[in-house]
Order: sequence, then C-alpha cells, then structure tokens
Amino acid sequence: MPAVQETVDQVRRIDVDQYKYGFETKIESEKAPKGLSEDTVRFISGKKNEPEWMLNWRLEAYRRWTTMREPTWARVEYPKIDYQDIYYYAAPKAFKAPKSLADVDPEILATYEKLGIPLKEQEILAGVRKQGEPSQLDDDEMNGSEARGRVAVDAVFDSVSVATTFKEELKKAGVIFMPISEAIREHPDLVKKYLGSVVPITDNFFATLNSAVFSDGSFVYVPPGVRCPMELSTYFRMNEKNTGQFERTLIIADKGAYVSYLEGCTAPMRDENQLHAAVVELVALDDAEIKYSTVQNWYPGDAEGRGGIFNFVTKRGDCRGPRSKISWTQVETGSAITWKYPSCILRGDDSRGEFYSVAISSGKQQVDSGTKMLHLGKNTTSRIISKGIAAGKSNNTYRGLVTAHRKASNARNFTNCDSLLIGDKCGAHTVPYIEAKNSSATFEHEATTSKISEDMLFYCRQRGMSAEEATALVVNGFVKDVLQQLPMEFAVEAQKLISISLEGSVG
Amino acid sequence: MTAEVRTIKTAAEQALAETYAKAKGTLPGAGTIATLRDAAFRQFDAQGLPHRRVEEWKYTDLRALVRDAKPLAAPPDASAKATAGKIAAPFSALKPRQLTVVDGMFVADQSDLTAEAGLRIGSMSEALVRGDALVAAHVGKVFETADPALALNTSLMGDGAVIHVAAGTQVARPIALIFAGTQDAAVFTRSLVVVDKGATVTLIEIHESGSTQVNTALELVAGEGARVDHLKITRAGALHLSTLLARIGARTAFNSFAFTRDSTLVRNQSFVRFAGGNTEAAIGGLSLLKGKEHVDNTLVIEHAAVGGVSRERFRSVLEEQGRAVFQGKIIVAPGAQQTDAKMLSNALLLSDDAEADNKPELEIFADDVQCGHGATAGALDEELLFYLRARGIPRQEAEALLVQAFVGEVIDSLPQDSLREPLMNAAVEWLRARG
Repeated sequence: MPAVQETVDQVRRIDVDQYKYGFETKIESEKAPKGLSEDTVRFISGKKNEPEWMLNWRLEAYRRWTTMREPTWARVEYPKIDYQDIYYYAAPKAFKAPKSLADVDPEILATYEKLGIPLKEQEILAGVRKQGEPSQLDDDEMNGSEARGRVAVDAVFDSVSVATTFKEELKKAGVIFMPISEAIREHPDLVKKYLGSVVPITDNFFATLNSAVFSDGSFVYVPPGVRCPMELSTYFRMNEKNTGQFERTLIIADKGAYVSYLEGCTAPMRDENQLHAAVVELVALDDAEIKYSTVQNWYPGDAEGRGGIFNFVTKRGDCRGPRSKISWTQVETGSAITWKYPSCILRGDDSRGEFYSVAISSGKQQVDSGTKMLHLGKNTTSRIISKGIAAGKSNNTYRGLVTAHRKASNARNFTNCDSLLIGDKCGAHTVPYIEAKNSSATFEHEATTSKISEDMLFYCRQRGMSAEEATALVVNGFVKDVLQQLPMEFAVEAQKLISISLEGSVG
Repeated sequence: MTAEVRTIKTAAEQALAETYAKAKGTLPGAGTIATLRDAAFRQFDAQGLPHRRVEEWKYTDLRALVRDAKPLAAPPDASAKATAGKIAAPFSALKPRQLTVVDGMFVADQSDLTAEAGLRIGSMSEALVRGDALVAAHVGKVFETADPALALNTSLMGDGAVIHVAAGTQVARPIALIFAGTQDAAVFTRSLVVVDKGATVTLIEIHESGSTQVNTALELVAGEGARVDHLKITRAGALHLSTLLARIGARTAFNSFAFTRDSTLVRNQSFVRFAGGNTEAAIGGLSLLKGKEHVDNTLVIEHAAVGGVSRERFRSVLEEQGRAVFQGKIIVAPGAQQTDAKMLSNALLLSDDAEADNKPELEIFADDVQCGHGATAGALDEELLFYLRARGIPRQEAEALLVQAFVGEVIDSLPQDSLREPLMNAAVEWLRARG
C-alpha cells in the first residue's frame, strides 16, 4: 500500500526546505583556537575553571581518542570529518551568568523567542518573573506555588549554558539542576561518582571525543524519595559557524526518585556541516524512574544535501537498582546524519526499559537510529516501539540490539518497528539483533503492520469501516500512544507528527 | 568489511594457503577456471577466515572455531563408495534418482545415470576439465558475493554434480544428491543445476559427512516459469560450510528448505536473487541442536523485480549448550514494487545454557511493498504445559508433544507431502533420543 495523501502532506510540511529555525544570531563569540590538541582540552577546562581531576579525566579521554578510529558500521555516508577544522569551544562574548533581564544579551533573548519557547517560559528564562510570582501573561493558571505545567529550562547556546530557571525552587525540593560545568565545581563528589559510569570514556569514538572536549550540558540530581516538582528541560542551540557542540548530560535519580527531562535542539542553516557529538548518561537507583524525551530538530541540510548537522550521539541509561525504570522517547526530524542509539542497561532485578521513537527523514537525510536493551537482572522487561518514515531521497535505518544474559531469568522484550516509505527514491532498513542466552527469556520482535489485532480490525469493520480505514484508525491510535509519551511541553512539535498515518508501512 | 588491518594468519589459514599452493596444479579446469580459482583465493587470503567483526559472520566466528584445516581428501576406496548406498533410504518411497558424491568425488558407478529426455547429468570435475559450456557460462556467475567461505570453495572446488534440465522437461523422479564423507580430511564440492524455461525438478541434497570437513556450494539457475523444490538435509560431525547461490527467473516457483541435526558446526548460507518478476518462493529451515552444536542459517534474499512473493520461515530447537543463529536479510531493490516478503524466525530454548541469536534484516528501496519480519525466542509456554499436565500427561511427554508440534508446523510448510514424512520421522527420532 502506498502512503495516503494526508501523510504525504504532513511529511512535506516538515521537509528539509521548510526548516524554520535556520536563522543565525549575530552575536560576538569567543572561541577556542581551531582544531583539537591537548591545548584545546586544557583551554576548555581552563575556561570552565575546572579542578585538576577533571582536566586529567579529559586528557585521558583525549589520549585515548587519538588511538581510535571512526566507526563505519552504520548505514550512513558522509564526507570525512576534519577534526582539526572545527572550533571546539564557542561562547557569547563577555558572557556572565545573568542575574537580571539586563544581563541577558537581547540577541540571545530574541533567539529564544524566535525558537518558539513559550513566552511564559521565556519570561522565566529571562528572569523577569520571580519564583512563585504569578505571571502577567495568564491570570489563573499559574497562581500560587502550584508547580503544575511549569518547566525549568537550561538554555545552552553553543558551548555554554546561558540561563537556568527555577533553580531556587528546585533547590527547596532538594533537586540539583544546573549546568554540568557548575556541578563539577559545586558537587564534585556526585559528578566524580557518576560521570563516565554509564558511558565510560573508552566507550566509542564519538563518546571519547565528547569526554575530552565537552563544554556544557545539564546536571540533574534528584535525592532519595523526591518526585521532581516540575519537568526539567534543556534547549540546545548551535549558532556559531564551524563549531561543534559537545554537550554532556548527567542525570541521577536516587532511590525512589522520579524525574522527567526534555531536550530540544535547533541550529542555523549553513552550507557546511557541523558536528554534534553529545553524551547523555542516566542513572536510576532502586525504585527510581527517569523519563527522557527528545525532540531533535537540528538543521537537516537543504534538499540537495548541502549542510546540516552530523549528529553522533551516545545516550545510555543504567537501571542500576532493583525496580528502577528508564524511558526514552524521541521524535527525530532534523540532522543530516543521525547516529543515535539511546540504550538501557537493565542491571537491577525487576527493572524496566522503554524506547519510543518516531524518526522522520526527508531530503537527503540519513538516519541510523535505534536502541539497545541489555537484560542483566532477573525479571527485567523492555519495550521498543519504533516508527520510521522515509521520504525524498533519505535513508532511514532502525538498528537495535536486545540481549539477555545467562542470569537474566524471565527477561522479557517486546519490539515493534515499522517503517513507511514515501516515494521511490528513499530507503527503509531494519537491522535488529536479538540474542537470547537464557531459556526463560521471552523475546518477541515484529516489524510489520499485519500484526494489528484482528479483533480490533473486526470490530471496526463490523461497524462499516473499510479494511484500510480500520487499519489506519488502529495504527493512528498506536502512533498517538507513542507521541503521548512526550510531555505536554513538546506538544507543539509532536502535533506536526500526530496525524501521520503509518498505514501502508513496510517492516 | 573488516575494520582492522589483516593480522597474522592462524594455523588454519596457513594450512589452507598451503593446501591451495600444493593442489593448484592438479585441481580440475585450466584457463579461465584456473584464473577464477586464483582470484577467489586471493580474495579469501585478503580476508582470511571470517571472524566476529565481520558483520555477516558475527555469530559464527570461524577464526576462533576452526582450529585446523585438514588436507584434501584422497579418492574414496570401494568400501567408502558403498557407504553412500543407504543414505537416501528415508526417501526410498519416492524412488529418487540417486547421484553420489563420496569424499568429494562424483561416483558414477553409484549413481543412477539412466537416460531421460531433457535431463543431462554429469560430474563437475569432468565438466571443468572439458571446458563444458554450461559450466563456463554459470560457475562463479550466478550471484556476485565476496563471501569468504564461497571464495574458498571456488578456489578449491573439486567435484560435484552438473544437472541440466532442458526447457519444458518435467523430471518425474526427485533427484537425490548424496554427499558422503568417510575420511578425516577436507572436501570442497561444487554443483551446478540449470533448470530451463518451464521445467520442473525436485532436488534432495543429503549430507552425511562424518568427520570430514565440508565446504560445499550449489549454484542454481531457474529459468522463466520453472519450478524447483530444493531440500537439504545435513548431519555433519565436523565443520560444514554450505552455500546456495540462486538466480530465479520470472514466474518461477522456488522452494528451499534446510534441515540440520546432530551437527557440530554448520553454516547454511543462501544467496537468492529474484531476477524476474512475479516469482513465488518459500525458503525455510529447521535446526535441532544439543550438546555444543552450532547451526547458523544465513539468508540474503534480493527481490530485484516486481511482484515477488517470498516466505522465509526458520525454526530451531535448542538443548543443552546448543547455539542457533539465524540471519536473514531481505533486500527490495529500487523498482521492485509489489514485493511481498515475510520472514519469521522462532527459537525454542529448552535449556538455560542454550543460545539463540536472531538478526532479521530488511533493506527496502521501493515504496509499494509489503515486508515484514518476526522473531521470537523463548521456552515452552508454561500454560500449555499446564493444560496438558492437568489432563494427566506427564511433564516430559507434554514437553515432547509441544516440541513436536513446534517442529511440525515448519515441516508442514514444505510444498510436497512426500517430503514431509521423512523429515518428520527424522525429527521425531531426534526428539526421542533426547528422552
């Protein structure tokens, strides 16, 4: 079945030449000298006033990186990256943490406004409204200290965090939410204990590069038994030319804690490619839960494949304690190249990992994305729902690994990955690895729409729907389920995708 | 696609190089065949034995698993030739035309070479020496692949069968190709089957290779509107590498099934290209494993033309420390619209030490297609067991029933009734032996 017109239109609306966030902010930047060497690493570390141990950690990563080769196993093709032709650090000039509106550069303010961060948030971002003070923008909703619907934002502009909101209020709850560069100085014990414990510095080429040169990112620590009172979010913006963005995020949910974290990203349109190599580490201790959502909308390049972000990201969560849970939700529409496999290490007994993904590629985008679920503990469960939609001349690959180790008795996994092709110049690929090393493990993998419950179809058809309508209804409902994993704050982006129908999809 | 620089040769690789250097002058075929061998060996030598970093061999690491490469087998003696007689016994009801290859040599006096209109049968080594036109036209050309096991086969290929079914011929009796191994040595067999337009043939390949190391390859060309049913039965006590290369023409029905049991280390790899439109194919397999047995079924299915329908269905039952590997890649080429391909792989783990690795891949470049794959791995359903036990059936018997049902389902997918029974008998025999 070919795609229905409605889907075609929807995808068209977010096609590469429709990129809305491609403007550039004219702002003076301070950059590290071009290229990568031990001096660059020292420069970045110095800029961040880092303690000695952190510098040594970075240098160790750098030395390791020089011995590594770029991986070639993914189904992506791109010109060789010249790692000496990139600025590894760029920050708005004379940047200081803003204490009031006057301190935040108006250009940056304007940037965030253009990016459509809701005014309310921006108001907070700019520091106009004080904590607990009702907003002038709405009368009823935000009254009182009720935290409902509020989001604390950490805005990262090139290599630095320009503002973090709601810090004080979060502090009251005991939650630490700050740029990681600050955390390294203020909470060295926590950072030392957890940084690199999920993604070690030797992990892979891009993660090692990140370990050497990461500049900023968010740090979250939720103490035992605390349910984080609001959604936390980071908005990444790449602005400067020829720079790479290397952010590092570390989230720790201590025993019984809960946190929901959102991440958004955009970049200006440029003819050259820019590198983004991030590392995200999540640690969930006993009974803790982390929900991590991403709307990735880096500049995808133009219709001819010029420019665009190379997005090489290592994201991994460690369900370290029993009954912990980590859930990844991603909506991927941007980047020229996406190389991204948010994974879960299900170490604790009865822990649970989830991965929900909608990846849409058009133009000449190449997506190679998926997940890894490593079942190590007993009674661990995981669920993978992946929807790939390829249009234009793009290639969209799902690559996933599910494995149960000898001791992971009663491990369970359910995987469903569907893809849809729009046009005959694109490609959709599925590369799942399913390794069962335990007889009590139950793994189910399916990549087809024909597995829609016959009962549901029968129910719809009995009420007069055609087979196609019935399928569309059931599948749409299902996609909605995936998108509903996204917190409300990302509804705007998610809306664009919500009506995409996956009927006519191929495995 | 080795990511690393070629390292020092293993003992097995060195032995293979020596074998080739020594045998080169005496291997059948000169001229273009000798050139083909040389090119293939250079290709193998550059890659070496495939290892876990070679994506296609990720789960069957020959560099680690193959410690020694045995010398080439000597021609079989009379008693060795006689052993081949009984191998086809389970299929005697089908009265197959039996062709025998013992220790890598086509044995004419143990083969039924009675004439039949439209059917030509001969030995591969003779064809290679003679410069047979059919062999020259097809050997090494049916499916382009850089696979190292095939490269090794091409460089050292000795003997095998050459079968040509002329256009429109309906071969009445199934052809049973018996491969027997009696020596502690290595054989490299190569066969070619060309089925012309509108012809029909059933091919039963039976391998009983004992402790002989086997590297066998079969090239199959099926013309327009033909029908080919292929069954491969393997019991191998030593390394057994098998490659099927097939090019299928328009409106052809093609069925292929691989049954493997009691085998130490088997890799069955099939490369099938649906070159013409509106083909129909069923490709399947059943592997029964115990001890430390390792069976790998790897498929590359390429739908290169419109309207191809294919069903891939593989099952394995694993006991003790058995390891079953299934890798299936379905490629739908640009323009191969209305392709309908469904692949399913199920592994039944009866022991905590067993391992099942599944990698069902899809690579799709056409938008109006239906492709799907499913894969499961798990133990017997406790609820089903409970149901049976609640009705007074002892656990062991209940298990046996369920395993038999699991196995039966995939055997039932065979296209001919007469092929099912011998397979089911062999499977039941295996199940009984596990107790």
